[in-house]
Amino acid sequence: MKFIVLLTAVILLGCCSLFLGYTEISVSDIFNMSDRQSLVMVASRIPRMAAVIIAGASMSICGVIMQQMTHNRFVSPTTAGTMDAAALGIMLSMLIFPDGGTYQRLSISLGVTLAASAVFMTIAERIKFKNLVFVPLLGIIFGNILDSVTTFIGLQFNVVHSMASWLHGDFSSVMQGRYEIMYISIPLLAAAYIYADRFTLMGMGKSFAVNLGMNYSTMFRLGLVIVSCVTAVIVLTVGMIPFVGLIVPNIVSILYGDNLRKTLPITALSGSLFLLVCDMLGRTIMAPYEISVSVMVGIIGGVTFLYLILGRRVNAG
Amino acid sequence: MLKTDNISKYYDEKAVVEGVSVEIPKGRITSFIGSNGAGKSTLLSIISRLIKQSGGNVYLEGTPITDIADSELAKRVSILKQSSHVNIRLTVRELVSFGRFPYSGGRLTKEDEETVSRAIGYMDLESSENKYIDTLSGGQRQRAFIAMIIAQDTDYVLLDEPLNNLDMKHSVQIMKTLRRLTDELGKTVVLVIHDINFASCYSDYIAALKDGKLAGFGTVDEMIEGGILRDVFGMEFDVREMNGSRICLYYT
Repeated sequence: MKFIVLLTAVILLGCCSLFLGYTEISVSDIFNMSDRQSLVMVASRIPRMAAVIIAGASMSICGVIMQQMTHNRFVSPTTAGTMDAAALGIMLSMLIFPDGGTYQRLSISLGVTLAASAVFMTIAERIKFKNLVFVPLLGIIFGNILDSVTTFIGLQFNVVHSMASWLHGDFSSVMQGRYEIMYISIPLLAAAYIYADRFTLMGMGKSFAVNLGMNYSTMFRLGLVIVSCVTAVIVLTVGMIPFVGLIVPNIVSILYGDNLRKTLPITALSGSLFLLVCDMLGRTIMAPYEISVSVMVGIIGGVTFLYLILGRRVNAG
Repeated sequence: MLKTDNISKYYDEKAVVEGVSVEIPKGRITSFIGSNGAGKSTLLSIISRLIKQSGGNVYLEGTPITDIADSELAKRVSILKQSSHVNIRLTVRELVSFGRFPYSGGRLTKEDEETVSRAIGYMDLESSENKYIDTLSGGQRQRAFIAMIIAQDTDYVLLDEPLNNLDMKHSVQIMKTLRRLTDELGKTVVLVIHDINFASCYSDYIAALKDGKLAGFGTVDEMIEGGILRDVFGMEFDVREMNGSRICLYYT
């Protein structure tokens, strides 16, 4: 039921977003668009809508999986250095393959992300000091260290500026032919859904999972692969989008609990919806200029995050 | 029959459990007692393959448990560790349904649903089956976790300090349930328990551990005795027979 409501909302808003932008296209034009209009529609508007929807769903699902793996509600691609690792990987790939294609970039970025998240998640999972804030704090420090490595290398090779604009989460540069790699996330998200029960069990703790006969370390590795691949793909195509993986899963958990078989689709759609709203607001507030989505998400997300912490609406984990 | 043979566990040369061989009688309640750090919980975790031993073996009906597949073992031996840190938001029914995971991998059949309902009924949780476990009181939460173990329907049920943080009323309730599990359903229950009098009143057998070694094993009558308890705990106990149970006085 909620699923259908959310799905309808995503479809409706998604369609609305197609008619938003500098080139005026109204709904009545849809069957007799000029060449220019149809070019804008096919090359820019539709890819952008798809990118927003996929990115929103992906980041939220990554957030949930990471939260289950670490038993901590404040761990997400933003607060565990995952995105910074992907960025470092992209930087390295730019240096190693200056003229490299998307897949070369992706593979190096993926390698670095996988290594970094394996290190961090293993620490977070084993850490004895199970403080709700300690683990994400450690993750933020970890992310900042990766970020300074990226900046340091960038300074040496004079690519800091191009990196900065690359990594700034922004959908305005999404174009036909440049974003299709994002579709890689879809089968990965489907895999997350297939194993939803196992990820729920993981969130209950290792002893529960092992008691019920689940192979914990295999699932842990699968979780790492899903999170790293999806994050690397998203950072590579649209840049870093903060907070989505943090806020959306927490709100869904408060409202509908943590039975992932039931909540994963809701989380995915809520993520898409949230990002769509942020993107559309960013495009309308000072049209024809645009506020990038990461700024919008940062503002809306930051406030929500504060509310979650201060209002103690997050049950400790 | 569940049997450990010369089980040892070392952490950096330090022995936490050392050479423990014990046979746990089938269809009975066996309690592990001993001071903090005596190795009770570690031993229980090794028996239930949560921790890997440094030496020795655990046998389930004669087969080493390492030779039994995880998913198969989950249908025969269950373990409930201290659950106070679990903060996942599941309803009671969702939690208990996970007890069927070893059988149906999350997609419950009609029979599974019935088993789940029976387990919920057994723990008297029907009225709160749709409540989230993080909203329940400590006693109800513990009952929900035990209901999950009941739904898992294993012959052997291992519990690590099931009375931790519970008040007297809920403790009695839990112990009575465990008694029913053995008496009515024929389960073998193994507990780690700190309250010596609960151990005395509700178990059939007692295994005492001291500094990682087995300090004694026997029936309640054999084990709840001043001399043995003094050796195990290093303090004086005044053991009295009251209403057919042995009660230890050690408070003053």
